Amino acid sequence: MIEILTVARPAPTVFDGTANTVAVVVLLLEFGMLRASLFGAQVRLYAAQSVAVSVLAGVVAVGRGVPELFILAALSLLLKAVIVPLVMMGQLRDSRAEIAGSGSLGVASEVIISILVAAFGFFAVGALGIHSEVLPAAALSLSMAVVLVSFVLMILRRDVISQAIGFFSLENGVSMASLVIAAGLPLILEVAFLFDLLVAVVVFGVLIRVQSDRTKSFSTVALDRLRG
Amino acid sequence: MSAVLICVFFLPFAMTLLSLVLPRRVTEMATIVVGVVTFVLAVTLMPSVTHGVVTAPFLRVDALSEIFLLATAFLYPVTAIYTIGYFARERSVIARDGADAIPQFRRYSRLFYVGFNAFAWSMICAPIVNGLALLWIAIEITTVVSALLVAIDRTEGATEAAWKYVLIASCGLGIGLLATIILYYAGSTVLGESYDLGLASMLRSAGELPAVPVQLAFGLAVIGYGTKVGLFPVHTWLPDAHSEAPTPISALLSGALLATSFYAILRYYQIAVGALGPAFPQNTLLIFGVLSLLLAALYLFAQRNIKRMLAYSSVEHMGILAIGVSFGAPIAFAGVLLHVLAHAAAKGTAFMGAGTMVHKFGTKEMSGMRGAIRALPFSGPIFLVAIFTLGALPPFGMFRSEFQIVSGGVASGHGVVGAVLLVLLSTAFLGLMIATTRVLFEPGTGAMLPASEPSYWMVVPTLIGVVALLVLGVHPPDTLVDLLTRGAAELTGASS
Repeated sequence: MIEILTVARPAPTVFDGTANTVAVVVLLLEFGMLRASLFGAQVRLYAAQSVAVSVLAGVVAVGRGVPELFILAALSLLLKAVIVPLVMMGQLRDSRAEIAGSGSLGVASEVIISILVAAFGFFAVGALGIHSEVLPAAALSLSMAVVLVSFVLMILRRDVISQAIGFFSLENGVSMASLVIAAGLPLILEVAFLFDLLVAVVVFGVLIRVQSDRTKSFSTVALDRLRG
Repeated sequence: MSAVLICVFFLPFAMTLLSLVLPRRVTEMATIVVGVVTFVLAVTLMPSVTHGVVTAPFLRVDALSEIFLLATAFLYPVTAIYTIGYFARERSVIARDGADAIPQFRRYSRLFYVGFNAFAWSMICAPIVNGLALLWIAIEITTVVSALLVAIDRTEGATEAAWKYVLIASCGLGIGLLATIILYYAGSTVLGESYDLGLASMLRSAGELPAVPVQLAFGLAVIGYGTKVGLFPVHTWLPDAHSEAPTPISALLSGALLATSFYAILRYYQIAVGALGPAFPQNTLLIFGVLSLLLAALYLFAQRNIKRMLAYSSVEHMGILAIGVSFGAPIAFAGVLLHVLAHAAAKGTAFMGAGTMVHKFGTKEMSGMRGAIRALPFSGPIFLVAIFTLGALPPFGMFRSEFQIVSGGVASGHGVVGAVLLVLLSTAFLGLMIATTRVLFEPGTGAMLPASEPSYWMVVPTLIGVVALLVLGVHPPDTLVDLLTRGAAELTGASS
């Protein structure tokens, strides 16, 4: 019986299912960031999302037999799920400021807007007819939804932590897209991208630090002096 | 020539590391020397790239890259000279405040020079690296380094500007990365699953790439890299960052960084024209260009801060570049490339002149600056010349470049756009001239100040800029003309 099932449901379907599930998890974690009220929670959500993206890289490595992606998965796990969160937490260890209530809309409205935006991204990319040998095209649509929701996060949350995490998660969305359509990208370039991200994280950390030292809060509401 | 190229790559990087350890005085002079040597090396590459491509591992320079390399390599030593004068005032403040401030200033100047050299290095890397992925990495490095430099003064305005800049520009580059990956996908259908996005192979195979992904990648690249170029409507970080950064950094941001990002768009343009034909890429650039120019021309009238005014003038000139490319005529391409060089010299000079006025009057607000032509016997007239240049008055380089762009537009049947371009350019010039005339000639605060320059280190680089503009306008060297012609041919697709 089991043998029949295995024959009737060949491996790629299981692979597709796993890949799509992980991609959906990445998107759901992005939604979670819309309502996080402590900066620690925001950073942990990002770490969890990075784990999911790294797992996806691992899934592709196993399912498609691309050994280079194992290295990428390991590096991405180390950097994005461990080092980046540690750098962020380290920069802000002694800060007592909160990020609760920094949304310019209520959480419910933010989620509804995000669902609309995510649906737009999902179907718009689906309609382009971009096919990949490596992953089901739905994963590409999902990664576009992640990118768009990260923009919603950056636009609607008025605190530096959510905006920074929004940018990092945008990068997670792009990483996911690159797994679907650019899995063959040479490892050296992938590593360079990751290194670049690390530099960006340090700079974001420094600027957040400067900002919070100056205003004793993470809010960006007061950043309205320069205009016109 | 490969050795020269490798030196161009490594010298500013080595200087970045050296500025971590060398004493300040030595760093100041060494930065100028490295800047001059880098510029000379970049110039020696010119004859080779007019006949072919110079390559080294991971590096590749053709005529198009060379022009953008020259723009940065010119501003690097020039702004380094200016920095000495810029810091002279800081030192006088310290002398007044006493010895407590000395270690603080040492730390500040060390940070500044490390950042300054790293910034110049990353902008020199962008046009000479081989491949769209490496190009993205170089431009991302320019962003993070320059964001720290914008914040270095730690004032309220600087912190705000740096945050907006790093967030908006990083998001733009996130979109740019998406463009890179989608183009990689397009290329993988022709070049195989694993390749390195090298420019030569991408340009060669552009004609066989699938249309939809290239279209998507080009659109995303224009928005993504356009954020760093300062194209409407993603220009919003630009006036803030340019006005709050220390003046030498403002000059580099405006003269070199914007152009470097425009170089990225040009590379996508080349590939998109090969894959899709000229209509889609040219129309996209035309829309962004006209809107940027329109916005800048109108905003120039409303500016009160002198550095913000020059920042909007940069938006204007980036709009001109985009429109020039959209004309698609070889003479317009040559004009665009000359405009990149002329804008680097003119805007660098204008920002440095404005910085000197800010020093002299102690404010960035133009309402506090009056009678500057009397108070600053050299910088005042030079600033006036720089503004004339930005308005494309003859005999300076920008007159020649804009003349070529407009005649290219008329020749290629874009007469209406050419006319709109001229109207908007004149509007922008009017805005600039009104403000400049009031600052320089209206009697006021300047009459109470002694007629003297804060430092001649701040005058020399602006003079160099004016001389460069005269050379570009009156009689550009033959090698440069050949280079521009070759660059235009590369953009037309004739040389590939």
